[in-house]
Amino acid sequence: MKIVVMCGIGLGTSAILKVNAERALERLDIEASVQATDVAGVRAAAADAQVILTSSELAPVIGKTNADVIVINNYFDVDELVAKLEIALGS
Amino acid sequence: MPLPHLPLDAITIGAHADDWPAAITAAGDALVRSGAATSAYTERMIAVIREFGAYIVIAPGLALAHARPGADVLTDGLCVVTLAEPVSFGHPHNDPVSVIVGLAVTGADDHLQFVAELANVFNDPKVIPALAGATSAEFVQSVFAP
Repeated sequence: MKIVVMCGIGLGTSAILKVNAERALERLDIEASVQATDVAGVRAAAADAQVILTSSELAPVIGKTNADVIVINNYFDVDELVAKLEIALGS
Repeated sequence: MPLPHLPLDAITIGAHADDWPAAITAAGDALVRSGAATSAYTERMIAVIREFGAYIVIAPGLALAHARPGADVLTDGLCVVTLAEPVSFGHPHNDPVSVIVGLAVTGADDHLQFVAELANVFNDPKVIPALAGATSAEFVQSVFAP
């Protein structure tokens, strides 16, 4: 399984989201790779991804994708990530 | 790579900012003062928000000001600015902002460990309110001490 985390420039905020998404996946006992990307690279990065995690500000720029787009409000709230990933991944 | 040392001169308590560009400028000034970046980096942090919006407001009350690595980044650096009056960035959930963490990195690949340390600090939900109410730079420094 592949999860993409997207921010404007692909470092900093997306790296924080990647770290905490990995913590959430560990809590859910789900094996997945988490790749950070930026707005320019999201189309390519998400081609084979199940889920894209990003902020409400950036979600509209993703455009057409087969992945589930999940908006995260608080990047430091692992509970929010666990709850939203659990719904999206149906475990 | 652990979190870069947060020197006292990279901390500003109770900055006055009328709007979000002024708040980001205060963070840029702290990075310049502590020797992590030049003022050109401040302009690039503002440009990121103008281009992509307020997504850098990643938690209630907290903005992570940053831009890509560049010649204007002199060394990896961190700064913390608390605002006397919270400022709106235009984020639907996390406004208003009272704490700005500024980040300057020399390379994109090796900053992950350092960001993981930052996540460790902020995964405690009490940290943002504690920083917002900080009255001394020494207190802020202690929050980020390993």
